[in-house]
Amino acid sequence: MTGIIEVNGLNKVYRGGFEALRNVDLSIRQGEIFALLGPNGAGKTTLISIVCGIVTPSSGQVLADGHDIITDYRAARAKIGLVPQELTTDAFESVWNTVSFSRGLFGKPRNDAHIEKVLRDLSLWDKRDSRILELSGGMKRRVMIAKALSHEPQILFLDEPTAGVDVELRRDMWAMVSGLREAGVTIILTTHYIEEAEAMADRIGVIRRGELILVEDKTALMDKLGQKELRLQLSEPLATLPAAIAQPGLVLSDDGYRLTYTYDSHSEQGSVAALLRQLGEHGIEFTDLQSRQSSLEDIFVSLVHEEAA
Amino acid sequence: MNWHAIRAIYGFEMARTRRTLMQSIASPVISTSLYFVVFGSAIGSRMVEIDGISYGAFIIPGLIMLSLLNESISNASFGIYFPRFSGTIYEVLSAPVSPMEIVMGYVGAAASKSVILGVLILLTARLFVDYHIAHPVWMLTFLVTTALTFSLFGFIIGIWADGFEKLQIVPMMLVTPLTFLGGSFYSINMLPPLWQTITLFNPVVYLISAFRWSFYGVADVAVEVSIIAILGFLLACLVGIYWIFRTGYRLKE
Repeated sequence: MTGIIEVNGLNKVYRGGFEALRNVDLSIRQGEIFALLGPNGAGKTTLISIVCGIVTPSSGQVLADGHDIITDYRAARAKIGLVPQELTTDAFESVWNTVSFSRGLFGKPRNDAHIEKVLRDLSLWDKRDSRILELSGGMKRRVMIAKALSHEPQILFLDEPTAGVDVELRRDMWAMVSGLREAGVTIILTTHYIEEAEAMADRIGVIRRGELILVEDKTALMDKLGQKELRLQLSEPLATLPAAIAQPGLVLSDDGYRLTYTYDSHSEQGSVAALLRQLGEHGIEFTDLQSRQSSLEDIFVSLVHEEAA
Repeated sequence: MNWHAIRAIYGFEMARTRRTLMQSIASPVISTSLYFVVFGSAIGSRMVEIDGISYGAFIIPGLIMLSLLNESISNASFGIYFPRFSGTIYEVLSAPVSPMEIVMGYVGAAASKSVILGVLILLTARLFVDYHIAHPVWMLTFLVTTALTFSLFGFIIGIWADGFEKLQIVPMMLVTPLTFLGGSFYSINMLPPLWQTITLFNPVVYLISAFRWSFYGVADVAVEVSIIAILGFLLACLVGIYWIFRTGYRLKE
């Protein structure tokens, strides 16, 4: 199946020789929320900027809903909305005017009812006549989103949408993104908040030094790469780990009071049961037991470090 | 053609003019009026006629050109430079608009403002000086063409500039001196022969000469030559803008 965005063999070398993207292939499915993760300078914004027409690719091809972003840029760009990372706004304009300007710029006729809906959805209606410079950072972020939604895009790029916004606004944005997805909008977001990707994304892509090192369904990724950790607080300290129970992933703390067992989520039941049985057989008692599953953040950090090594 | 986009950019720029009415319109009209008071009424009454035209009336075309050139360049250069400076240019670059539509929006607005300003100065001049317009259609044609050409030139400066200082350099260090030395306040026939020849290398001479001809039917340079010079500069600006969008110079990486 052809994706709503198809990236084939994309390369970008900036003046000065910096290689921002290396042979990136990516297919974004219609209607999904795709999270693009990567450390600073990995190439996330360059990739988004190329798709949106702000940066010129060195080689490769990008199709947006079947339209080439270079040769058929009008049709391609008309389908895309972009919320950039930086808070770049027309400081002296009113909220209403700047959002209406965006709609016109993208070739759509005036539609006050739609602009009103967008502003109401983003809790900006009361601020419609305010100049943007009078707004808080969070409100300006909402204005950026309103501008991107003003022309009813089918594809929405959110480049670090919740950077520097408070918890309440972040939750509002998550709800808004979910609503857009239900309306059929495809959403591609980059974020530093891994919990954001974990909460919202259907699929995850990890980019590092310009290379897309992984694209995976979020649940499959967490299932495949996720690890679990079992912590046992012992009744009596152990000087050393008995040879009979020593095994990979089992670590005794320096004070001898805590055993930490890290294991693959697939082998959970068998290995944990076996370990507990062995402890019982050796008379090692524990007073407390805790288990936790590694988050997407742990997975991301381990992936990036693994690739960097 | 994305007419909605052209209208959006044009309307956005014209709205900026309305917000800054004092700076955009009132200030140049007032400062030009002062020229009419000083050189037209006060000093002009004691000066001899030039080519049979009173001095106050003689300087009107040159003074309008002085404002027209500076304001066209300032309006257009600021119009495109400010989005680059603030970062909002991302939206124009990511929109389904062609380079021609972008130029039509920004340059069209800048030229409109300059033409409005030129007409206002012309009307204001009537308060101080008597004048007539021998070729009104040509006068309007020169007014619009010059506003358009120098707005294109300003657009190029707005792309080239990487700081507010550079935006000011060209109008202050180049256009104003060339306008003053281009026959705004005198006929170049009043200069010694050597300086007359040197002055012909000043492109503003042709603009003022042709514009003055449209008023009084007299010119320092043949009107046909002036028209060719104006169209030549217009073409050069269009080529410059074509190159900017083709290469993405200072717009796209």
